[in-house]
Amino acid sequence: MRLSITVNGQAHADDVEPRMLLAHYLRDVCGLKGTNIGCDTTSCGACTVHVDGESVKSCTVLAVQSDGADVTTVEGLAATRSGPNGMHPVQAAFQAEHGLQCGFCTPGMVMATAGLLAENPKPTEREVREALEGNLCRCTGYHNIVRAALTAAETMAASE
Amino acid sequence: MIPASFDYVLAGSLDDAVTLLAEHGDDAKLIAGGHSLLPMMKLRLAFPTVLIDIRKVPGAAYVRVDGDAVAIGALTRHCDLVASDVLRAEAPLIAMAAGFVGDPQIRHRGTIGGSLSHADPAADLPAAVLASDAVLVALGQDGHREIPVADFFAGYFETALAPGEVLTEIRVPRTGPKGYHYEKFVRRANDWAIVAVATVAGRVALANMAATPVRAAATEAALASGASAAEAAALAAEGTQPVQDMHADQEYRKHLARVLTRRGLIAAGVA
Amino acid sequence: MTAINLPRGSILGTRVQRLEDPEFLTSGAVYTDDIVDERLTGAVWVTFVRATLAHATITSIDTRAALATEGCVGVITAADLADLPAQAPMMPLYPTGMAQPLLATGTVRYVGEPVAAVLTDSRYTGEDIAELVNIDYEPLPVVVDPVEAATDETLLFPELGTNVVCAKPLAADDDIFAGCEVVVTATIQNQRVAVAPMEVRAAAAIWGADDRLTAWVPNQGAQGAQARLARMLGLPVAQVRIITPAVGGAFGAKVGADPEAAVVGWIARHVGRPARWVETRSENMIAMTHGRAQVQSVTIGGDRDGRVRAYRLHVLQDSGAYPRFGAMLPTLTLLMAPGVYDIDRLQLSYESVATNTTPVGAYRGAGRPEATAAIERAMDLFAAEIGLDPAVVRRRNLLAPFTEPITSKGGAAYDSGDYVMALDTVLAAAGYEQLRREQAIRRERGDAVQLGIGVSVYVEITGGGGEAGASKENATVQVHPDGTATILTGTSPHGQGHATVWAMLASEELGIPIERITVRWGDTDLVPEGGGTGGSRSLQQGGAAVRQAARELVDVARERAADRLEVSPDDLEIDYTNAGLVVRGVPGAGVTFAELAADEPLLVRSVFRAPGATYPFGAHVAVAEVDVETGRAELTRLIALDDAGVVVNPLIAEGQRHGGLAQGAAQALLEEVRYDEDGNPTTSTFADYPIVSATEVPSFELVTTETPTTYNPLGAKGIGEAGSIGSTPAVQSAVIDAVAHLGVRHIDMPTSSMRVWSAIRAANEGTEH
Repeated sequence: MRLSITVNGQAHADDVEPRMLLAHYLRDVCGLKGTNIGCDTTSCGACTVHVDGESVKSCTVLAVQSDGADVTTVEGLAATRSGPNGMHPVQAAFQAEHGLQCGFCTPGMVMATAGLLAENPKPTEREVREALEGNLCRCTGYHNIVRAALTAAETMAASE
Repeated sequence: MIPASFDYVLAGSLDDAVTLLAEHGDDAKLIAGGHSLLPMMKLRLAFPTVLIDIRKVPGAAYVRVDGDAVAIGALTRHCDLVASDVLRAEAPLIAMAAGFVGDPQIRHRGTIGGSLSHADPAADLPAAVLASDAVLVALGQDGHREIPVADFFAGYFETALAPGEVLTEIRVPRTGPKGYHYEKFVRRANDWAIVAVATVAGRVALANMAATPVRAAATEAALASGASAAEAAALAAEGTQPVQDMHADQEYRKHLARVLTRRGLIAAGVA
Repeated sequence: MTAINLPRGSILGTRVQRLEDPEFLTSGAVYTDDIVDERLTGAVWVTFVRATLAHATITSIDTRAALATEGCVGVITAADLADLPAQAPMMPLYPTGMAQPLLATGTVRYVGEPVAAVLTDSRYTGEDIAELVNIDYEPLPVVVDPVEAATDETLLFPELGTNVVCAKPLAADDDIFAGCEVVVTATIQNQRVAVAPMEVRAAAAIWGADDRLTAWVPNQGAQGAQARLARMLGLPVAQVRIITPAVGGAFGAKVGADPEAAVVGWIARHVGRPARWVETRSENMIAMTHGRAQVQSVTIGGDRDGRVRAYRLHVLQDSGAYPRFGAMLPTLTLLMAPGVYDIDRLQLSYESVATNTTPVGAYRGAGRPEATAAIERAMDLFAAEIGLDPAVVRRRNLLAPFTEPITSKGGAAYDSGDYVMALDTVLAAAGYEQLRREQAIRRERGDAVQLGIGVSVYVEITGGGGEAGASKENATVQVHPDGTATILTGTSPHGQGHATVWAMLASEELGIPIERITVRWGDTDLVPEGGGTGGSRSLQQGGAAVRQAARELVDVARERAADRLEVSPDDLEIDYTNAGLVVRGVPGAGVTFAELAADEPLLVRSVFRAPGATYPFGAHVAVAEVDVETGRAELTRLIALDDAGVVVNPLIAEGQRHGGLAQGAAQALLEEVRYDEDGNPTTSTFADYPIVSATEVPSFELVTTETPTTYNPLGAKGIGEAGSIGSTPAVQSAVIDAVAHLGVRHIDMPTSSMRVWSAIRAANEGTEH
């Protein structure tokens, strides 16, 4: 199947098997290895990317179903909004609050957080926790991830 | 994990999808958001050889008032149900239940038509649509037909849709913004319900208390004859034979059905 | 040069953000599945075919259909591995016949055991073709329950005549409970849990022109992985090189290397192509080692005034089908059995048995959380029996503060501790009295949602193992002519932030900014020796080694600078501003480390040796709300005091504690690996196995105290496992406490809503009859 897709602002056109998952397309065809795969059941969220501006789990999307879509991965996030140290404010907040340890859930967690803040710029702690319920982390106990999300919300509001 | 190989066809319209279904027969499956089907294909519990993609069919995702009902296009995503002002004003149970489906990423992708067609007895929207006494519209080669939701859920992951039929619309009676509630009991926030109760307009439907979502008939009858929420809820598990799994044995599920029904009714304003 | 040695703030003890984070956040770290390396060009993809029965004889393996399919490069079974030596058990203590073969030979003993490896041109065809390998089995009787396994009625290894892997029998001596006014007995499940790091297992391997195996394997210490892989493959250690990619979490389960990695290595050698393997989550849940899995029989006796006199613990350890580290866990559990308490008489025993389940290994805390869970539960049961507040009973039995090492009745040499301070401080921080008042009010009102408060006090072992099994670790510090520095370490971070903290430690000594210091690890060619990261050892040994090496580097530099500047070494002092040495009292007379390095390489390798393990301690208070109608428990607060000595980077130390707290709470509330009676796993995906998510835990309340150890110059003990040790019993206890007034004394973990509801109902029936 022919697939035309924009990834991080760059147009791609590739022939892919219909069964190829978007996550594998991004990783193996586009070479964007930041998007990780952590489970088989749409449970862990490590593969979260933005498709047409919304967070989705790319392990449960066929690449061919993203024909014509505009996809942003963790590698392209900083280009969508500038923040400290050349990172997106969400990425910078994850560093500032130590919201990552082993880093495996991090790209998905960052994309889910950015997606949350696009829809709800001033979430409460409870709203952050509920919005991240589909993203699993085994290292941080979520404490600093939640703080990072709240910090990012503040810095983004301040720079509006 | 990766699905077994299949052919992929993009449907241009729902009529087109019906034609394609007829053409490819039993081995073909419709896919929209794919969040019920793809996980099963990845675990190799489902092996369709043809996927007919209806996700981008124009004009099939909508929520609008249509006479006494709110008409919901089958391709409307969960997140759009949650955000719908029309639903909030006219059939808020559907919006509320949709907010409990999965997680934000799943709600960005999954559709009400997909959830209903998948017919997982533990899912949120089937129970909510059942409690709403909705009418489902299916399109087949002979055109449209209406299926009362009471006749729709035929068994465990089975519906009254004939092979080759496509669910196109869900017509939910307008109830106004009061008298409804969705009470879901879970282990973790994004898990499937251990038991859930949907109630609106004196009707009560239970999720995961049988092979299909079921109406709590004894409770509804009691309510109709003036029983209190507590009295009516005590009858909620009557006639059910729920599954036994690691989360709940039969007795516990029945207990939960009674407690959650009482809470749901009270939250819905039943005294 | 300008002003020197002005008073400066130390970087140590400050909240330095991680240097490694920008890469992790903007492009993602490079995990094994992410590696793009020309050496791996043309790699075959390896997919394992795993046992679908828990115990069975393999009667035939038919690979014809698989081999006939396009894209299939080959299928490997045990018969192909006949050139390898017989596998040795992981510990010399274990019976030889219980070692797991790399691929099953004749008999499978757990669902998920690797039976064959399918080699394909791509990942996608691997799953397709693996389904075509047809294995016929003759089922054998299955034993899943360790209690049943201990009877030896169903044997995993009939030729051995027993399922017992190792044991310490109960001493047949006197009745230790003689004279006790009150004796309480209970059987406590410390349930099997999945380690579930977010990154599953993987490997990539080549057999190089250098006639060596080079393998990329996620691990917790390249040198340990190298030794294990070499042993499994019958190769000299020198013929195996390990390169450690980024590792996506490990928690004890990535120590060494697993049989699958050895098969991938074998394939790279014998098929003549590089080989790659990444398991699926569904495989990981049944084939990576699990944790905990103990049945604990406790008896506690004492007086009605709250003084505990005697404690008996028997641990029945489920080892899984082939003993790994899990069979040894009880030795640590027994060592720490009395914990923080001064108990006169102990009676400790264990038995580790094989069952038809996934092998059990180390999981965050490995043996110590189990010890704490047992004694803390026993304390609660004792307190409930005599009707005293559980905090009061604990307070009455704590060991007195000590600054010199003492030997516990369990046989451990505790280095320093102040458990009374820990308990008092955490109770004050939690507002314990106020919580008890609120609890009383809710009980009085008969609220549907009741409040429970759980208290635990713990001490644990850290830094017990290490390089070559000793409490030591090496570090190399080198300053380059451009003024940057490199640190080589034998530790192996996978989230713990060594790249930042090791740089802080060297910067403190050398004055080189942390941004100019690179930390490297995990390549056995670069760092041939090392103890890796596990058992909360890294800072106290690896960090101490970095500091020692940096100081020795200054000494070397001082000698050279003295020659160069023609002064006495004693006249030189460190110029932290410019990263060099200056002549005391002579402004402008000095030389930088970089300048010295330009003349001759400036590096020092140093080995730090600790006198022994250290014993961090702490106290946790958990607050839970329990819906008594549905049994649903919610953790609303978790207040944790964890004292691991001197903290070098509070930001990172707190992160370690948070993670442990959540994992510990998850065991109490949610997580459990389950099998049906035929040994089929029923929790083999993340949809079925309830890994704790952000909605089930609160933000944590941390209280920090620092009781230094004298065992290393940093004064630091380990912090990696602390959170998971105190929190499990505190949270379990809080849930039970919430319904204690209804007559409930104990609920096994996980305290699922059905279990809580059933316990309330059983208590009601008990009072009615």
